[in-house]
Amino acid sequence: MTDQPSVLAIVVFFLFVGVTLGLSFFLGRQAKSSKGYFAAHGQIPWFVNGVAFAGDYLSAASFLGICGMIAFYGYDGFLYSIGYLAGWIVALFVVAEPMKRLGKFTFADALDSRFGSRGIRVAAGISTLAVSIFYLIPQMVGAGVLIRPLLGFPHYVGVLLVGVTVILIVVTAGMVSTTWVQFFKGSLLVVFSAVLSVLIIQRGFEVEPKTEHRFISLGPFSETNFAAEFEAQPELQGQKMLPAEGVWQDQPFVRTRDDSSGRITVWSREPAGDDQVVLREAQMITKQKDGQVFIAGLPKGTGPGEATLYPVGRVSRLPGDEKKTGPLGPLSFLSTLENSEVVLWRKKKLTGSAQSTTTIYFQQPTPGSQVLKPGEHPRFKGIRSNDPLAKIDFLSLMLALFCGTASLPHILIRYYTVKDVSAARKSTIVGIATIGFFYILTLYLGLGAMTSGALDVTDSNMAAPLLAKSLSEPLFAVISAIAFTTVLGTVSGLILASAGAVSHDLISSFRTRPLDDATQVRVAKIASCVVGAIAIVLGIVFQQMNVSYLVGWAFSVAASANLPALVMLLFWKRVTRQGIIAGVLVGMVSSLTWILLSGDTFEKVYGLDASAALVPFSQPGIVTIPLGFATLVIVSLFTQPKTKVA
Amino acid sequence: MERQHSRLGFFLFSIYLILYGGFVLINAFRPDWMQVQPLGGVNLAILYGFGLILAAFVLALIYGIFSRDEPPEEQV
Repeated sequence: MTDQPSVLAIVVFFLFVGVTLGLSFFLGRQAKSSKGYFAAHGQIPWFVNGVAFAGDYLSAASFLGICGMIAFYGYDGFLYSIGYLAGWIVALFVVAEPMKRLGKFTFADALDSRFGSRGIRVAAGISTLAVSIFYLIPQMVGAGVLIRPLLGFPHYVGVLLVGVTVILIVVTAGMVSTTWVQFFKGSLLVVFSAVLSVLIIQRGFEVEPKTEHRFISLGPFSETNFAAEFEAQPELQGQKMLPAEGVWQDQPFVRTRDDSSGRITVWSREPAGDDQVVLREAQMITKQKDGQVFIAGLPKGTGPGEATLYPVGRVSRLPGDEKKTGPLGPLSFLSTLENSEVVLWRKKKLTGSAQSTTTIYFQQPTPGSQVLKPGEHPRFKGIRSNDPLAKIDFLSLMLALFCGTASLPHILIRYYTVKDVSAARKSTIVGIATIGFFYILTLYLGLGAMTSGALDVTDSNMAAPLLAKSLSEPLFAVISAIAFTTVLGTVSGLILASAGAVSHDLISSFRTRPLDDATQVRVAKIASCVVGAIAIVLGIVFQQMNVSYLVGWAFSVAASANLPALVMLLFWKRVTRQGIIAGVLVGMVSSLTWILLSGDTFEKVYGLDASAALVPFSQPGIVTIPLGFATLVIVSLFTQPKTKVA
Repeated sequence: MERQHSRLGFFLFSIYLILYGGFVLINAFRPDWMQVQPLGGVNLAILYGFGLILAAFVLALIYGIFSRDEPPEEQV
């Protein structure tokens, strides 16, 4: 839709990337040793590290994904906010201090601290790599998604740009520059989200905001004779109804063509009680096999005889039938919305034609009270039903979010950048404050976008940047640049975690003598380039995947593989080497297998029918996290040493 | 000191676990409760959600304040 790049956005964007890279080169000179490279010499101040946690954690999925989900479905996106934050409680009370006490550079260090076992290092190294790569894919895809409307480049350019920039950051300066990049990015993200939220609340709601196009609803008409009544409406002057042929047969949609422009308008036909129907204006996009795209029956574009989709998103009725609320407060913003009616947009794909597929986006007026309660999104619909499996799926997701955070490798390595246990704790508290504040803002950002009149129906990931655009152009430029650095920051953290796993855990385990310091850094740099290259390729291959969906995978795998080992090592004296290895491997393999056999994957990755899936629900956590624990305990009990290890 | 410290951590962790567990279970099994508007016309789903985020911060703060006096770490 809004594919024209803005000059300001491009300037601000390159400014951000330039400053980030400059900072990296400048700080790079301090990171020659392995301690400098992997752990920033353990000299990062705790406050900076705390904000850097926020920078690491608030990835594209948090900022773009959650805001987009709230903008399209209401409260459900906020469930992710709550779950993602809850994980930090585990990080603070369970993981933070022992991680710092036991480890040196990587997660495997901590796990291996008691045993000095090659097997543990390898298992932990592999699980770090697996989780990092799962987490990397959505970040790279997100970069491509962002770059298109922002700078007008195709998807792969965005992915390449991020990949190369990040490799440069990581190779030049390792953890020192990564930390400072995260610190700046985290601060900017939170500050500008707060500015945006204040502007949204100040703007309040308006029933007819100034938008490019006003969508209309006509009717009610009698169900039997609606065609004639509908065509007689003054709004339809100069338009003719098209016959319902081909894929349009038996669909609840009607098409009219404007005689002069040739533009086709789709209308969704909805029952309105007592044998009556209403027709609501909809939008359609047709993609042909040869790659051509048509909007409303015209070629996509902004020239004469071409068409684009209109931006959407508005409140359709305010309490007391007011037209405009004026400035609101943080709570009255929510309570007003609760008593209003919002137009959400839903889509339907018409298949059946071999040459093209048509997707229709249609209006769905929804009471605010329903928008602000859980269960509107298809993934969470189950909690409003009586299906026990759907409820277990929900519990499973919330459990994985709770347990996953404290097991993510790029979060765990940040505990080695501060000087002692007390700094590790303090930085986690700062992290919780920063991240929690941001997650409260996501609700306002999302709901603001929902009613901004600026949404792109085809792309929920763009909700937050487009919301900024509806407020002011410079703000849009800054927010987009921040979103992009968000991706940069998270990706560099992940690549560094993977590089650490390869050079410090995997390669070192296969040698009799440990690598010397300089070699270890060199190996890590080479590993960063390789992982970066893999991430670029996957980011291009998985272009069509939903960003937030893959993040869920990473959380489930991390929680199932890493958490049981970490927790049992800390709180159970009888843990054995074999138990840890088995726990990590079984947790990782079982959660991965479950995901690959789940209905979600069947539908979205293989393009098969979701009901053909081999596991009863999609989220593995509720089964595989306990399985990881059980395996660890049982194997440990069977492999007890004859003389107790202290 | 160390014992007392970890006992405090465990206690605070349990409080949060109960709060979070309550939220998830109500959503799963009594979703209608989330529609109730106990305060200022804002529903329970939002109040509880905000409450969880605030609770995380408050518990973290309590933990931070009470574990300030631990001896300096000697481990590398």
